[in-house]
Amino acid sequence: MSGARDQVLGAVRRSLKRAPGDEAAIDARLAQHPRNLVPARGQLSPTERVDLFEAQAAAVQASVSRVGALAEVPEAVAAYLREQNLPGQLRVSPDPTVADLPWAEKAPLLTVSTGPARDADAVSVTPAFAGIAETGTLMLTSGKDRPATLNFLPETHIVVLKASQVVGAYEDAWDLLRQAEGEGVMPRSVNLITGPSRTGDIEQKIQLGAHGPRRLHIVVVEGGGA
Amino acid sequence: MQSTSHAFKDNATRALGDAQLQKAMENVRGGFIEKRLNVVEKLPEFETLRDQARDIKNHTLAHLDLYLERWEAKVTERGGKVHWCTDAAAARDAVLEICRAAGAKTVTKGKSMVAEEIALNQHLEANGVTPVETDLGEYIIQLRDEPPSHIIAPAVHLTKEQVEADFREAHNHLPKDRSLSEPVELVSEARQVLRQRYLEADVGITGANFLVAETGSSIIVTNEGNGDLTQMLPRVHIVVTSLEKVVPTLEDVSTILRVLARSATGQEFSAYTTFSTGPKRPEDLDGPDEYHVVLLDNGRSAMLGGDFQDMLRCIRCGACMNHCPVYHAVGGHAYGWVYPGPMGAVLTPSLIGVAEAGQLPNASTFCGRCESVCPMRIPLPKMMRHWREREFERHLSPASVRMGLGAWAFFAQRPRLYGLFSGLAARALARLGGRKGRLSKLPLASGWTKYREMPAPEGKTFQQLWAERQRKGTGS
Repeated sequence: MSGARDQVLGAVRRSLKRAPGDEAAIDARLAQHPRNLVPARGQLSPTERVDLFEAQAAAVQASVSRVGALAEVPEAVAAYLREQNLPGQLRVSPDPTVADLPWAEKAPLLTVSTGPARDADAVSVTPAFAGIAETGTLMLTSGKDRPATLNFLPETHIVVLKASQVVGAYEDAWDLLRQAEGEGVMPRSVNLITGPSRTGDIEQKIQLGAHGPRRLHIVVVEGGGA
Repeated sequence: MQSTSHAFKDNATRALGDAQLQKAMENVRGGFIEKRLNVVEKLPEFETLRDQARDIKNHTLAHLDLYLERWEAKVTERGGKVHWCTDAAAARDAVLEICRAAGAKTVTKGKSMVAEEIALNQHLEANGVTPVETDLGEYIIQLRDEPPSHIIAPAVHLTKEQVEADFREAHNHLPKDRSLSEPVELVSEARQVLRQRYLEADVGITGANFLVAETGSSIIVTNEGNGDLTQMLPRVHIVVTSLEKVVPTLEDVSTILRVLARSATGQEFSAYTTFSTGPKRPEDLDGPDEYHVVLLDNGRSAMLGGDFQDMLRCIRCGACMNHCPVYHAVGGHAYGWVYPGPMGAVLTPSLIGVAEAGQLPNASTFCGRCESVCPMRIPLPKMMRHWREREFERHLSPASVRMGLGAWAFFAQRPRLYGLFSGLAARALARLGGRKGRLSKLPLASGWTKYREMPAPEGKTFQQLWAERQRKGTGS
């Protein structure tokens, strides 16, 4: 295929007729990744950010509940499932943030298993990497204990998000990711999720739950610690 | 796919008389425009973001070779493989070869216009690999063996009654007496039927909305989540995409994403924006073992540095067709190839030639709505004019048009003769129009009078009025 590569790049260069010597400028742009305009709504104070995140998530049919500490998450999850009349079998991400919560102690009626999603799993619980206030978007990353299938296969997806992880704009989330992974390095899969799955393909009428989750519930944890 | 763009006029005439199509197109005329306006009003910075999105893409295109090299290096570093393809045939073969190496019988597919461009499904089927479209709209048109009629809403030309009939025919293992008249029921049935196909597939094929040079990632933007299931469940993920999708950094793509969904579906952000970087890592619990990118040129490199370079900024949002009175009237199939509407009228002649697709840039009222809503500020009407000029220069326009323009040019270069002739013609037509003042038949203009009457000229010609005005000294 190297012949085709040279042909394509050669054709691009012939058309551009660009003088050589731009390489350093390109490399600098990639290394420095300067920000473009960030809308004002992406630059709020930490408390305003969480409020905006919640309002924006609700606007795209996600539901949000707030708890004071991580240890309260199991009860909040159990309460949500009860309200929605959903089964109590959870498939939980092996990530310690959610796997090590006091499930048995605080929500004894739930059945909890950990691992990547299987077809029959109805409800998943995963940790967020960040929340992005400007559009109520969650950022979820894949990794050794964060399988991406949990974000798409089950009908109900529950995400645990610490209030301290809520940033204003997409750019802030990229900076957090660079701190975690290194410059220019991405996890295999980064999912920006804004509300549950939907389609407008039949007569432009929005229906939820096309192929991904029908329900997206976000538990925002306001306090620190477990 | 086989183009029928040369037959645009016949296609359009048929479309105008198609009652089902006209009913379905009402959904386009209303919804998209209002939804876009609502979200644009909520973001005061929207116009500035459009400027920046345009500038980012201009910068990238001016250095496209360098960004493609940087992007490829990152893909390779993460264990992925890039397959460079000069044309559609090479890209089809590259995909087939990967499918064969994987021993694939069934492949699932996310929506990809580049896959349509290279007629991938037909090629796979002809070679014993079954493609299953998973985007709901694409799934519906695959059942009907039709091409998409819109770049983001492929089945927008269909009513729910048509979809119900298709599902009853295709899903004949389900109870015959089931209720299927509401969109929610149709969506649930498709979800149920397709779920099994995701799990069975050996290879998943998606397109890419963007490629990021900084990280070597490919991005898909969807609402259904079908693209994600397509790319994460099978053992092999193939991304089918084209050169101009590359952007420099995560910051740059964030800016463009802010204008994409707002312009396309009138959402602030689509439900799923997914960045995929290479295959499954050793420590990962899921994801594909192989990650391939089939990168297509197919005429795009030749558009750089010329009249049509700006078209390569296109991010395939569909806003131009959502706002186009011609598209509203005839729908996407009339355009005869993969890309309809104003963006198709500019892009199609670039990709398959003006001899085949020269009628498309003529299918415009030049109202300018497409350019006014294009998030990337592509001057679509200007480029359609470029194509008209080229069509004329290459003697591709019909003889009657050429003769008419030739006659007009003759008089336009001889102002006295022009004034004399137009004065005589105006008086003659006024007399022919009679007391009604309308002409129902006109020599050389039957194309006009076949559908409506021509108002007869009244009074003096413009030139006569102008001359009088100058004499009176009221002119400036």
